[in-house]
Amino acid sequence: MRDQIPLVPIEVKVNGKSHKLEVEPRMLLVELLRDGLGLTGTHIGCDTTYCGACTVLLNGNPVKSCTVFAVQADQGEIMTVEGLAKDGQLHPLQSAFSEQHALQCGYCTPGMLMSSYSLLSKSPSVTDKDIVKGIAGNVCRCTGYQNIVKAIQLAAQQTKGR
Amino acid sequence: MSKAKENKKPKRWVGTSLRRKEDDRLIRGHGKFVDDNRLGEMLFLKMVSSPYGHAKILKVDVSEAEKLPGVVCTLTGTEVASLMQPFMEIGPEPGAKIVDYPMAVNRARYQGEPVAAVIAKSQAIAEDAAELVHVEYEMLDAVVTGEDAIQDKVILHESSGTNLVWRGLYEWGEVDKAFKEAAYVVNIDRLHFHRFTAAPLENNAILAHWEPDGRLHFWCNNSFPTFAIQFLAPALGLRLEQIHVKTEDIGGSFGVKITHYPQMAVCALASRKAGGRPVKWTETRTGNLTASGHCNERTYRNTRVALDKNGVIQAIESRQIDDCGAYTRYEPLGAVIWSQVVPGVYRVKNLRIDFAQVVSNKCPCAPIRGYSRLQHLWFMERVLDICSYELGIAADEMRLQNYIKPEEFPYTTPNGCVYDSGNYPKMLEIAKELVGWDRWVKKQQEAKKEGRMIGIGIGTTLDSGTNNFGQSRIINPYAPFSGNSEAANIKVDLDGNIVVSLGSTPQGQGHETTTAQVVADELNIHPDMVSVRTGFDTEWNTYTGHSGTYASQFAVTGLSAVHGAAQKLKKEMKKLAAYALQAKEEDLEFGVGNMGPELRVKGTDKSINYWGLANLVNVNNAGLPNEIAELTLNCRYIYRPPFQIPDLKRKYGNLTLTYAAQLHIAVVEIDPEMYTPKILDYAAVDDCGTVVNPMIVEGQVRGATAHGIGAALMEACVYDSVGNMLTSTFSDYTPITAVNMPKVHYGHIESPSPFSFNGAKGMGEGGGAALHAISAALQNALFEYGITIDDSFTTGNTLYDALVGKKVMQRANNVKVERGVA
Ligand code: FES
Ligand code: FES
Repeated sequence: MRDQIPLVPIEVKVNGKSHKLEVEPRMLLVELLRDGLGLTGTHIGCDTTYCGACTVLLNGNPVKSCTVFAVQADQGEIMTVEGLAKDGQLHPLQSAFSEQHALQCGYCTPGMLMSSYSLLSKSPSVTDKDIVKGIAGNVCRCTGYQNIVKAIQLAAQQTKGR
Repeated sequence: MSKAKENKKPKRWVGTSLRRKEDDRLIRGHGKFVDDNRLGEMLFLKMVSSPYGHAKILKVDVSEAEKLPGVVCTLTGTEVASLMQPFMEIGPEPGAKIVDYPMAVNRARYQGEPVAAVIAKSQAIAEDAAELVHVEYEMLDAVVTGEDAIQDKVILHESSGTNLVWRGLYEWGEVDKAFKEAAYVVNIDRLHFHRFTAAPLENNAILAHWEPDGRLHFWCNNSFPTFAIQFLAPALGLRLEQIHVKTEDIGGSFGVKITHYPQMAVCALASRKAGGRPVKWTETRTGNLTASGHCNERTYRNTRVALDKNGVIQAIESRQIDDCGAYTRYEPLGAVIWSQVVPGVYRVKNLRIDFAQVVSNKCPCAPIRGYSRLQHLWFMERVLDICSYELGIAADEMRLQNYIKPEEFPYTTPNGCVYDSGNYPKMLEIAKELVGWDRWVKKQQEAKKEGRMIGIGIGTTLDSGTNNFGQSRIINPYAPFSGNSEAANIKVDLDGNIVVSLGSTPQGQGHETTTAQVVADELNIHPDMVSVRTGFDTEWNTYTGHSGTYASQFAVTGLSAVHGAAQKLKKEMKKLAAYALQAKEEDLEFGVGNMGPELRVKGTDKSINYWGLANLVNVNNAGLPNEIAELTLNCRYIYRPPFQIPDLKRKYGNLTLTYAAQLHIAVVEIDPEMYTPKILDYAAVDDCGTVVNPMIVEGQVRGATAHGIGAALMEACVYDSVGNMLTSTFSDYTPITAVNMPKVHYGHIESPSPFSFNGAKGMGEGGGAALHAISAALQNALFEYGITIDDSFTTGNTLYDALVGKKVMQRANNVKVERGVA
């Protein structure tokens, strides 16, 4: 039976904090984050790697954490939405999302933030087209996207200005 | 919003784009959605669903599943039926003869219908165990279209003996006379409004805990919980008082989360069977797409339109079949709710609609964004549009000819609804300007020379809000509801903080923010000084039997309740402050002083802050005179719109309080090789009366536009002939993404409603404007190719079949014009 399959020891750094855990081989990264570590900011919205609600950074790259096994993240560095604010201070992207009304229900927001964080960390000089491409794998059912693009552009301007 | 704006207090908070109070927790990943709850001893439930659209269930064997370590118990349909009563039916017979349990008993009637459930210690074990449940089926013929269902060749519910749920004739004015006197009669054989769904990004989720002492708790994302518990309590044999429901952050609903009370019942029974341990169920996306709720699918047959020589519509008659899926649930309310907008935005006075609703082997319907009105409004827009081409009148001219005129408001429709206010020609003018109408008309002509197909289309639509539940009596004279109401409670807490509680279940509409804006204006304080508790909660918040978030009403029902409660509280505060300060009530004013929010004697430094007032009432009340001692600083107000029960014989009465309007213009090009339609330009103009928070209103318009564009071009619940749903994952359903979303030019006007305290109209559903505008744009591009746009869903495939295969959308097979006597 499945529960007799031996657990696998892994070590991950999440938002700067190290964790040693034993996980089932089939455990998904999103399950590790939500259920194992209680980081429920990362959401689940689909079962076909389409919606991006589960997007986090794994070793600096955006991944859909519903499509990565926890064991694949072994020895990895993970950043989730909870890691964006520093000492309680919002990241410019977070403020921009609120200012531009880029969220309604907020369910897609953590994934959107992580995708756009990754986009801007490559280069803050982005056109609206780049942004649209950058969030092509993130579904939002509330906003119609335009305000999200605006918010990311605003944060990009602010990042460049610094 | 700029810093300066936030620091400098405007005269009034209502009307400003105040940044939302709810954002902070959501952008930090600290929102609390149902699935984020973890309780000790919590178990996980997995549904086993029917793979067939229609099948007899011969045997359900759970023995192997129960043997799996970690499985606590299972439930089967037969067992569920023995533990509860079937859900009540809203409509009369024959629909009322349908026996509705939350799980299939002996027969599965749509793909995805739950037939069993397993409850286990972890989600993973539950999923393993679900695979070990063996179900033997015998496949049955399925019926998957409304037009087939009404023939009754395959019958879904033996108890009812027919697929017909409800049928009624709606007739107003002098239809026959109008046809006799018409200059033209346009016949449209068939139009079809397709099935799609809301697909909120958060799926349904329920955490149920039925304690051994009989108390039943639900943490859920149901968006109309008071309706849900009124269904659940009698079915489970409970008093309402024994059920505690709580909602917190909800990841979108758009109406679809109204109808998951069957799953709530399953989770409750599972929790009881598991010995009173909490049980959590989170729906999968495929579960959501196949078994949550779809919008009503409607077919319009034998439509006849009488017009005068100027193209003004005189009369419409039509036979309509609404397909509500396998069970009625919220239905047959959709069979009357469309009549909130009988003439659309037009002056037509004579109508005869033979309306039938049927069941089919598809997912049951839910009251999804625009519910039942958008289907009718699309029909009205298609009728008007098709007639304009048939008569050779430009589509914009045709609309101007037929619109209800600005000076005619308040306008009484043929069925007694009162459109409160509006200005459709003005909206058209603004939308044309935003999209660059003249420029596009020119471009279109030039493109035509190169063989390119570009169309420009207008959609004008309504978002009727604050409905009169009395309209349900038109369906069922014995239905026990009418009117509408919403509650708000406002108090000065022990520590002097202002706390407002509501009965609504916001899913992104910003109720915390708009409520704080209204209260801040009343008390002359900053919105940050107002704590707002949203989310329905039978123990923690206030509510009425109509509470919830649906049908475009919060700006009217919710904020009226907030406003009323604030008035009551202010009265009490003044009385108390006058006593404490030994001053006259009329000399007092509200404001903020050094010690926070206060009441002060005008022109003096004599004041008492909110803590001081609360202290007097709550913890320092010895020696207070009687008339002061009875003050509570805790005030509840129920807003009730002034509705009457409609005249049931004539199907006549005021069915909704406010009518927000939307006007969209779409410019669409059809790819010459792939035939895929592509949006080149887009404008949306909104009128929802006085705007409480412009940013939130614009956000709702943009969101509804995306839903509409998605529905028109990408999103459909497609079934094959045996009832397999072919678009059961996001990868097949393809919800619209940023890549497919055109830039939307936004504009708005304000026609204040004379019927709400603040001039606001409920909004947010959007009336399906994008669907109407895109159909119209395609019609504009393709009329000259002999095409009539007769379906609300259009893809490259359909257009290929239409233009190359000449198989579908052929005008010659669908539309005929007769010249009348006039
Ligand atoms: S949950 Fe990972 S992509 Fe949808
Ligand atoms: S804000 Fe609701 S899904 Fe994006």
